[in-house]
Amino acid sequence: MSETWEWLVHSPLFVLLLTLAAYRLGREVRDLTGGHALAQPVLVAIVVVGGVITAIDLDYADYRDGTEILVFWLGPATVALAIPLHRQAHRLRGFVVPMLVAIPLGAAVSIASAILLVRVLGGDDLLARTTAPKAATTPVAIALAESNGGIAALAAVLAILVGILGAVAGPAVLNLLRVKDHRARGLAQGAVSHGIGASRMLADDETEGAFAGLSMGLTALAMSLLLPALVALLL
Amino acid sequence: MITGLTWLLACQLAGEVLVRLLDVPVPGPVVGMLILFVLLRLRDAGDDATVVRAGQGLLRHLQLFFIPAGVGVVTYLATIRDNVLPIAVALVGSWLIGLAVVGWTTVLLERWLPERRTT
Repeated sequence: MSETWEWLVHSPLFVLLLTLAAYRLGREVRDLTGGHALAQPVLVAIVVVGGVITAIDLDYADYRDGTEILVFWLGPATVALAIPLHRQAHRLRGFVVPMLVAIPLGAAVSIASAILLVRVLGGDDLLARTTAPKAATTPVAIALAESNGGIAALAAVLAILVGILGAVAGPAVLNLLRVKDHRARGLAQGAVSHGIGASRMLADDETEGAFAGLSMGLTALAMSLLLPALVALLL
Repeated sequence: MITGLTWLLACQLAGEVLVRLLDVPVPGPVVGMLILFVLLRLRDAGDDATVVRAGQGLLRHLQLFFIPAGVGVVTYLATIRDNVLPIAVALVGSWLIGLAVVGWTTVLLERWLPERRTT
Protein backbone atom coordinates (compact mmCIF):
# COMPACT_ATOMS: atom_id res chain seq x y z
CA MET A 1 0.00 0.00 0.00
CA SER A 2 2.64 2.53 1.07
CA GLU A 3 4.84 1.50 -1.86
CA THR A 4 2.03 2.16 -4.29
CA TRP A 5 1.38 5.49 -2.57
CA GLU A 6 5.05 6.43 -2.88
CA TRP A 7 5.00 5.57 -6.57
CA LEU A 8 1.78 7.46 -7.06
CA VAL A 9 2.82 10.79 -5.53
CA HIS A 10 6.18 10.76 -7.29
CA SER A 11 4.76 9.90 -10.65
CA PRO A 12 4.53 12.74 -13.19
CA LEU A 13 1.08 11.41 -14.00
CA PHE A 14 -0.22 12.29 -10.56
CA VAL A 15 1.20 15.83 -10.35
CA LEU A 16 0.22 16.59 -13.95
CA LEU A 17 -3.32 15.37 -13.36
CA LEU A 18 -3.48 17.36 -10.12
CA THR A 19 -2.32 20.52 -11.92
CA LEU A 20 -4.68 20.08 -14.87
CA ALA A 21 -7.62 19.31 -12.57
CA ALA A 22 -6.87 22.35 -10.39
CA TYR A 23 -6.65 24.54 -13.51
CA ARG A 24 -9.91 23.05 -14.80
CA LEU A 25 -11.47 23.84 -11.41
CA GLY A 26 -10.13 27.39 -11.66
CA ARG A 27 -11.84 27.82 -15.03
CA GLU A 28 -15.08 26.42 -13.62
CA VAL A 29 -14.91 28.90 -10.74
CA ARG A 30 -14.32 31.74 -13.20
CA ASP A 31 -17.34 30.69 -15.26
CA LEU A 32 -19.54 30.14 -12.19
CA THR A 33 -18.70 33.60 -10.83
CA GLY A 34 -19.45 35.14 -14.23
CA GLY A 35 -15.78 35.97 -14.83
CA HIS A 36 -15.12 37.63 -11.46
CA ALA A 37 -11.70 39.32 -11.49
CA LEU A 38 -10.52 37.41 -8.41
CA ALA A 39 -11.38 34.06 -9.99
CA GLN A 40 -8.21 33.83 -12.12
CA PRO A 41 -7.63 30.14 -12.95
CA VAL A 42 -3.90 30.41 -12.14
CA LEU A 43 -4.66 31.79 -8.67
CA VAL A 44 -7.27 29.14 -7.83
CA ALA A 45 -4.97 26.41 -9.16
CA ILE A 46 -1.93 27.57 -7.16
CA VAL A 47 -3.98 27.61 -3.94
CA VAL A 48 -5.44 24.15 -4.61
CA VAL A 49 -2.17 22.51 -5.72
CA GLY A 50 -0.21 24.20 -2.94
CA GLY A 51 -2.75 22.95 -0.40
CA VAL A 52 -2.73 19.39 -1.74
CA ILE A 53 1.06 18.96 -1.91
CA THR A 54 1.39 20.42 1.59
CA ALA A 55 -1.33 18.10 2.90
CA ILE A 56 0.23 14.95 1.42
CA ASP A 57 3.74 16.19 2.30
CA LEU A 58 5.07 16.10 -1.26
CA ASP A 59 8.31 18.03 -1.82
CA TYR A 60 7.95 21.02 -4.12
CA ALA A 61 11.08 19.83 -5.98
CA ASP A 62 9.33 16.53 -6.79
CA TYR A 63 6.21 18.37 -7.88
CA ARG A 64 8.29 20.65 -10.08
CA ASP A 65 10.11 17.72 -11.71
CA GLY A 66 6.84 16.05 -12.56
CA THR A 67 5.36 19.17 -14.16
CA GLU A 68 8.42 20.07 -16.24
CA ILE A 69 6.49 19.13 -19.38
CA LEU A 70 3.92 21.89 -18.64
CA VAL A 71 6.60 24.51 -17.95
CA PHE A 72 8.16 23.65 -21.31
CA TRP A 73 5.12 25.00 -23.16
CA LEU A 74 5.56 28.46 -21.65
CA GLY A 75 8.23 29.10 -24.33
CA PRO A 76 6.11 28.28 -27.40
CA ALA A 77 3.14 30.07 -25.79
CA THR A 78 5.30 33.20 -25.43
CA VAL A 79 6.23 32.90 -29.11
CA ALA A 80 2.51 32.64 -29.89
CA LEU A 81 1.92 36.13 -28.47
CA ALA A 82 3.05 37.29 -31.94
CA ILE A 83 -0.33 36.11 -33.24
CA PRO A 84 -2.67 38.65 -31.59
CA LEU A 85 -0.05 41.28 -32.41
CA HIS A 86 -0.12 40.26 -36.08
CA ARG A 87 -3.92 40.43 -36.09
CA GLN A 88 -3.75 43.92 -34.56
CA ALA A 89 -0.69 45.12 -36.50
CA HIS A 90 -2.59 47.95 -38.22
CA ARG A 91 -2.96 49.56 -34.79
CA LEU A 92 0.82 49.86 -34.42
CA ARG A 93 0.77 52.85 -36.77
CA GLY A 94 1.58 56.11 -34.97
CA PHE A 95 2.25 54.17 -31.79
CA VAL A 96 5.90 53.22 -32.11
CA VAL A 97 7.36 56.37 -30.53
CA PRO A 98 5.03 56.46 -27.48
CA MET A 99 5.79 52.77 -26.99
CA LEU A 100 9.55 53.10 -27.23
CA VAL A 101 9.53 55.92 -24.67
CA ALA A 102 6.98 54.49 -22.24
CA ILE A 103 8.40 50.97 -21.97
CA PRO A 104 12.01 51.80 -20.91
CA LEU A 105 10.66 54.51 -18.60
CA GLY A 106 8.20 52.05 -17.06
CA ALA A 107 10.89 49.37 -16.67
CA ALA A 108 13.26 51.81 -14.93
CA VAL A 109 10.52 53.09 -12.61
CA SER A 110 9.39 49.52 -11.79
CA ILE A 111 12.90 48.39 -10.88
CA ALA A 112 13.85 51.51 -8.92
CA SER A 113 10.59 51.72 -6.97
CA ALA A 114 10.75 48.01 -6.07
CA ILE A 115 14.33 48.33 -4.77
CA LEU A 116 13.66 51.53 -2.84
CA LEU A 117 10.40 50.34 -1.28
CA VAL A 118 12.00 47.09 -0.10
CA ARG A 119 14.94 48.97 1.43
CA VAL A 120 12.84 51.70 3.06
CA LEU A 121 10.58 49.13 4.68
CA GLY A 122 13.44 47.19 6.21
CA GLY A 123 14.02 44.45 3.65
CA ASP A 124 17.64 43.42 3.14
CA ASP A 125 19.86 43.74 0.10
CA LEU A 126 19.12 40.16 -1.00
CA LEU A 127 15.37 40.79 -0.93
CA ALA A 128 15.77 44.01 -2.93
CA ARG A 129 17.79 42.17 -5.60
CA THR A 130 15.12 39.44 -5.69
CA THR A 131 12.20 41.87 -5.95
CA ALA A 132 13.76 44.19 -8.54
CA PRO A 133 12.97 42.09 -11.68
CA LYS A 134 9.44 41.10 -10.60
CA ALA A 135 7.69 42.92 -13.48
CA ALA A 136 9.56 40.86 -16.09
CA THR A 137 8.05 37.65 -17.40
CA THR A 138 8.87 34.66 -15.16
CA PRO A 139 11.81 33.11 -17.07
CA VAL A 140 13.42 36.56 -17.39
CA ALA A 141 12.80 37.41 -13.73
CA ILE A 142 14.54 34.15 -12.81
CA ALA A 143 17.52 34.86 -15.06
CA LEU A 144 17.82 38.47 -13.88
CA ALA A 145 17.60 37.57 -10.19
CA GLU A 146 20.28 34.94 -10.74
CA SER A 147 22.70 37.23 -12.55
CA ASN A 148 22.17 40.12 -10.10
CA GLY A 149 22.53 38.28 -6.81
CA GLY A 150 18.88 37.59 -5.92
CA ILE A 151 17.05 34.35 -5.09
CA ALA A 152 15.89 32.97 -8.45
CA ALA A 153 13.02 30.74 -7.27
CA LEU A 154 11.58 33.46 -5.03
CA ALA A 155 11.88 35.95 -7.89
CA ALA A 156 9.74 33.59 -9.99
CA VAL A 157 7.12 33.46 -7.23
CA LEU A 158 7.07 37.26 -6.88
CA ALA A 159 6.77 37.67 -10.66
CA ILE A 160 3.80 35.33 -10.65
CA LEU A 161 2.18 37.13 -7.71
CA VAL A 162 2.52 40.49 -9.44
CA GLY A 163 1.17 38.91 -12.63
CA ILE A 164 -1.86 37.67 -10.72
CA LEU A 165 -2.27 41.12 -9.17
CA GLY A 166 -2.42 42.56 -12.70
CA ALA A 167 -4.88 39.91 -13.89
CA VAL A 168 -7.13 40.59 -10.89
CA ALA A 169 -6.85 44.37 -10.54
CA GLY A 170 -5.19 45.73 -13.72
CA PRO A 171 -8.28 46.64 -15.77
CA ALA A 172 -10.10 48.19 -12.76
CA VAL A 173 -7.05 50.26 -11.73
CA LEU A 174 -6.56 51.43 -15.33
CA ASN A 175 -10.18 52.63 -15.24
CA LEU A 176 -9.43 54.54 -12.03
CA LEU A 177 -6.33 56.05 -13.68
CA ARG A 178 -8.59 57.06 -16.61
CA VAL A 179 -6.47 55.24 -19.18
CA LYS A 180 -9.11 54.40 -21.79
CA ASP A 181 -7.10 53.85 -25.01
CA HIS A 182 -6.97 50.09 -25.61
CA ARG A 183 -3.38 50.17 -26.81
CA ALA A 184 -2.18 52.16 -23.80
CA ARG A 185 -4.08 49.84 -21.43
CA GLY A 186 -2.47 46.77 -22.96
CA LEU A 187 0.97 48.35 -22.91
CA ALA A 188 0.68 49.34 -19.24
CA GLN A 189 -0.60 45.93 -18.16
CA GLY A 190 2.09 44.01 -20.06
CA ALA A 191 4.80 46.26 -18.62
CA VAL A 192 3.92 45.43 -15.00
CA SER A 193 2.18 42.05 -15.13
CA HIS A 194 3.75 40.23 -18.14
CA GLY A 195 2.10 37.10 -19.55
CA ILE A 196 -0.41 36.53 -16.76
CA GLY A 197 -1.67 40.09 -17.11
CA ALA A 198 -1.70 39.68 -20.90
CA SER A 199 -3.85 36.55 -20.62
CA ARG A 200 -6.50 38.55 -18.70
CA MET A 201 -6.38 41.30 -21.33
CA LEU A 202 -6.67 38.74 -24.15
CA ALA A 203 -9.85 37.43 -22.56
CA ASP A 204 -11.30 40.97 -22.35
CA ASP A 205 -10.19 42.65 -25.59
CA GLU A 206 -7.88 41.44 -28.36
CA THR A 207 -6.18 44.81 -28.90
CA GLU A 208 -5.35 45.09 -25.21
CA GLY A 209 -4.09 41.50 -25.20
CA ALA A 210 -1.93 42.03 -28.29
CA PHE A 211 -0.30 45.15 -26.88
CA ALA A 212 0.17 43.53 -23.49
CA GLY A 213 2.04 40.69 -25.19
CA LEU A 214 4.23 43.11 -27.12
CA SER A 215 4.82 45.17 -24.00
CA MET A 216 5.82 42.05 -22.06
CA GLY A 217 8.48 41.30 -24.69
CA LEU A 218 9.84 44.85 -24.83
CA THR A 219 9.80 45.13 -21.03
CA ALA A 220 11.81 41.91 -20.73
CA LEU A 221 14.36 43.45 -23.08
CA ALA A 222 14.44 46.84 -21.33
CA MET A 223 14.73 45.24 -17.88
CA SER A 224 17.58 42.97 -18.96
CA LEU A 225 19.52 46.04 -20.09
CA LEU A 226 18.58 48.42 -17.24
CA LEU A 227 18.55 46.21 -14.17
CA PRO A 228 22.31 45.72 -13.62
CA ALA A 229 22.91 49.50 -13.78
CA LEU A 230 20.01 50.36 -11.47
CA VAL A 231 21.00 47.71 -8.94
CA ALA A 232 24.55 49.05 -8.92
CA LEU A 233 23.27 52.60 -8.53
CA LEU A 234 20.73 51.98 -5.78
CA LEU A 235 22.29 49.19 -3.71
CA MET B 1 -2.17 21.28 -34.96
CA ILE B 2 1.21 19.52 -35.13
CA THR B 3 2.33 21.64 -38.10
CA GLY B 4 1.40 24.78 -36.16
CA LEU B 5 3.24 23.64 -33.02
CA THR B 6 6.26 22.81 -35.18
CA TRP B 7 6.33 26.42 -36.41
CA LEU B 8 6.11 27.75 -32.84
CA LEU B 9 8.94 25.48 -31.68
CA ALA B 10 11.05 26.39 -34.72
CA CYS B 11 10.65 30.12 -33.99
CA GLN B 12 11.57 29.56 -30.35
CA LEU B 13 14.61 27.50 -31.31
CA ALA B 14 15.74 30.17 -33.78
CA GLY B 15 15.31 32.77 -31.03
CA GLU B 16 17.23 30.71 -28.48
CA VAL B 17 20.12 30.10 -30.90
CA LEU B 18 20.21 33.74 -31.93
CA VAL B 19 20.43 35.16 -28.39
CA ARG B 20 23.27 32.75 -27.63
CA LEU B 21 25.20 33.52 -30.82
CA LEU B 22 24.81 37.28 -30.35
CA ASP B 23 25.19 37.03 -26.56
CA VAL B 24 22.30 39.44 -25.91
CA PRO B 25 20.54 39.44 -22.51
CA VAL B 26 17.08 38.74 -23.96
CA PRO B 27 15.09 35.54 -23.47
CA GLY B 28 14.95 33.25 -26.52
CA PRO B 29 11.14 32.99 -26.62
CA VAL B 30 10.83 36.80 -26.81
CA VAL B 31 13.12 36.86 -29.87
CA GLY B 32 11.13 33.88 -31.20
CA MET B 33 7.99 35.99 -30.82
CA LEU B 34 9.53 38.76 -32.94
CA ILE B 35 10.62 36.20 -35.57
CA LEU B 36 7.11 34.75 -35.75
CA PHE B 37 5.65 38.25 -36.00
CA VAL B 38 7.86 39.05 -39.00
CA LEU B 39 6.96 35.72 -40.65
CA LEU B 40 3.25 36.30 -40.12
CA ARG B 41 3.50 39.82 -41.61
CA LEU B 42 5.52 38.61 -44.62
CA ARG B 43 3.07 35.81 -45.39
CA ASP B 44 0.06 37.90 -44.42
CA ALA B 45 -1.20 34.85 -42.53
CA GLY B 46 -4.95 34.53 -42.09
CA ASP B 47 -6.90 33.11 -39.15
CA ASP B 48 -6.99 29.66 -40.73
CA ALA B 49 -3.18 29.30 -40.86
CA THR B 50 -2.05 26.27 -38.84
CA VAL B 51 0.37 28.26 -36.70
CA VAL B 52 -2.37 30.77 -35.86
CA ARG B 53 -4.77 28.05 -34.78
CA ALA B 54 -2.15 26.19 -32.72
CA GLY B 55 -0.87 29.39 -31.14
CA GLN B 56 -4.31 30.60 -30.17
CA GLY B 57 -4.97 27.20 -28.64
CA LEU B 58 -1.90 27.67 -26.41
CA LEU B 59 -2.74 31.29 -25.60
CA ARG B 60 -6.22 30.35 -24.37
CA HIS B 61 -4.48 28.38 -21.64
CA LEU B 62 -1.49 30.64 -21.03
CA GLN B 63 -2.21 30.77 -17.29
CA LEU B 64 -1.87 26.98 -17.05
CA PHE B 65 1.85 27.11 -17.83
CA PHE B 66 2.56 29.45 -14.89
CA ILE B 67 1.07 27.16 -12.26
CA PRO B 68 4.16 24.97 -11.53
CA ALA B 69 6.43 27.97 -10.84
CA GLY B 70 3.67 29.69 -8.86
CA VAL B 71 3.22 26.70 -6.57
CA GLY B 72 6.82 27.37 -5.51
CA VAL B 73 5.26 29.92 -3.16
CA VAL B 74 4.77 27.06 -0.65
CA THR B 75 8.54 26.83 -0.17
CA TYR B 76 8.82 30.58 0.54
CA LEU B 77 5.83 31.10 2.84
CA ALA B 78 8.11 31.59 5.86
CA THR B 79 10.38 34.08 4.04
CA ILE B 80 7.34 36.01 2.83
CA ARG B 81 5.79 36.02 6.32
CA ASP B 82 9.02 37.36 7.85
CA ASN B 83 9.20 40.14 5.26
CA VAL B 84 5.53 40.64 4.60
CA LEU B 85 5.62 44.45 4.80
CA PRO B 86 8.50 45.16 2.39
CA ILE B 87 7.36 42.44 -0.02
CA ALA B 88 3.69 43.41 -0.09
CA VAL B 89 4.27 47.17 -0.30
CA ALA B 90 7.05 46.83 -2.89
CA LEU B 91 4.97 44.50 -5.06
CA VAL B 92 1.78 46.53 -4.97
CA GLY B 93 3.42 49.97 -4.86
CA SER B 94 5.92 49.34 -7.63
CA TRP B 95 3.21 47.65 -9.72
CA LEU B 96 0.90 50.65 -9.36
CA ILE B 97 3.64 53.20 -10.14
CA GLY B 98 4.74 51.22 -13.22
CA LEU B 99 1.16 50.87 -14.46
CA ALA B 100 0.46 54.59 -14.08
CA VAL B 101 3.77 55.69 -15.64
CA VAL B 102 3.40 53.49 -18.73
CA GLY B 103 -0.33 54.18 -19.15
CA TRP B 104 -0.09 57.95 -18.72
CA THR B 105 3.14 58.39 -20.70
CA THR B 106 1.63 56.51 -23.62
CA VAL B 107 -1.62 58.47 -23.58
CA LEU B 108 0.16 61.83 -23.29
CA LEU B 109 2.63 61.07 -26.10
CA GLU B 110 -0.18 59.86 -28.34
CA ARG B 111 -1.96 63.15 -27.75
CA TRP B 112 1.11 65.35 -28.28
CA LEU B 113 2.85 63.72 -31.21
CA PRO B 114 1.84 65.39 -34.49
CA GLU B 115 1.76 62.21 -36.57
CA ARG B 116 -1.11 60.92 -34.48
CA ARG B 117 -3.81 59.53 -36.75
CA THR B 118 -7.37 60.57 -36.14
CA THR B 119 -8.96 57.39 -37.44
